[in-house]
Amino acid sequence: MNVTINQQAATLPAHATVQDALATLAARPPFAVAVNTRFVPNTQYASHALHEGDRIEVIAPVTGG
Amino acid sequence: MNDSLTLYGHAFASRLLLGTARYPSPAVLEAAVQRARPAMVTASLRRQGINATNAGESFWELLKRLGVPVLPNTAGCHSVQEAVTTAQMAREVFGTPWIKLEVIGDDYTLQPDTLNLVEAASLLIKDGFLVLPYTTDDLVLCQRLVDVGCQAVMPWAAPIGTGRGPQNPYALQTLRERLPVPLLVDAGLGLPSHACQVMEWGFDGVLLNTAVALSQDPVAMAGAFADAVAAGRAAHSAGAMAPQQAAQPSTPVLGTPFWHHDKA
Repeated sequence: MNVTINQQAATLPAHATVQDALATLAARPPFAVAVNTRFVPNTQYASHALHEGDRIEVIAPVTGG
Repeated sequence: MNDSLTLYGHAFASRLLLGTARYPSPAVLEAAVQRARPAMVTASLRRQGINATNAGESFWELLKRLGVPVLPNTAGCHSVQEAVTTAQMAREVFGTPWIKLEVIGDDYTLQPDTLNLVEAASLLIKDGFLVLPYTTDDLVLCQRLVDVGCQAVMPWAAPIGTGRGPQNPYALQTLRERLPVPLLVDAGLGLPSHACQVMEWGFDGVLLNTAVALSQDPVAMAGAFADAVAAGRAAHSAGAMAPQQAAQPSTPVLGTPFWHHDKA
């Protein structure tokens, strides 16, 4: 299936989960995830199934005001 | 006398909250925080790039080393959903229920979206967050934020990053008179005198970033702001004299040498 991960196009196998998307990104902690602007807790990475066209956001701490 | 800042039942020794962005280097940021000893430091969240650099991890290590409570923000969010999701992600990453709620309505002025801010605050309060909303100085809006459960409100002094100081003293002073909750001035301060001024008006604290980070010597400026905040608070607590219309000599007149009374 075709998805975007942090606005980059990616192709994942059918039945892929958030865990698979994170592996594609080689994400390194600390980070948090949202799919289609909805928060996905880290306890659900392996069970949250992705679908065609999903927009996955993986965010990490940065400086801020 | 114990004069700590209390937010949502949590006491803080300092009344200064300091941002972590735009410093010349992480080392300068760290030294500035150590000099100011703020109640909290703000932080944010951004996309982790493919093959992410070590910059994010370094900042994370710095935050842990500082040992100062972290106040994550929702900077850059333009909708209720974006702000709520960002807050939820921040809670997981930083392990804190504190959130500086920003819902931006205009990219040029970075003015808060006053129509959506209250709804976002209400949702987050119900979800257990300790919300510090960044808002304009509109009295009724701030009252609505209190109505939905915000136990503190953070009105701006001027648009973010402008350093112009309080643009509407009347509005800010009216807020102070009308709202019983802690009020922190957030954004737009440029000088320690600005911070001292709002503290003299009775504000409970200030949150600033750019005024320190973009100064010629951020470490020294961090100290100057910390001192100004403390001075303003002390002045407010002490109670200022009432202004007088006419001059009155502060030195006793009685016994003044060479003094004589001119007859008309």
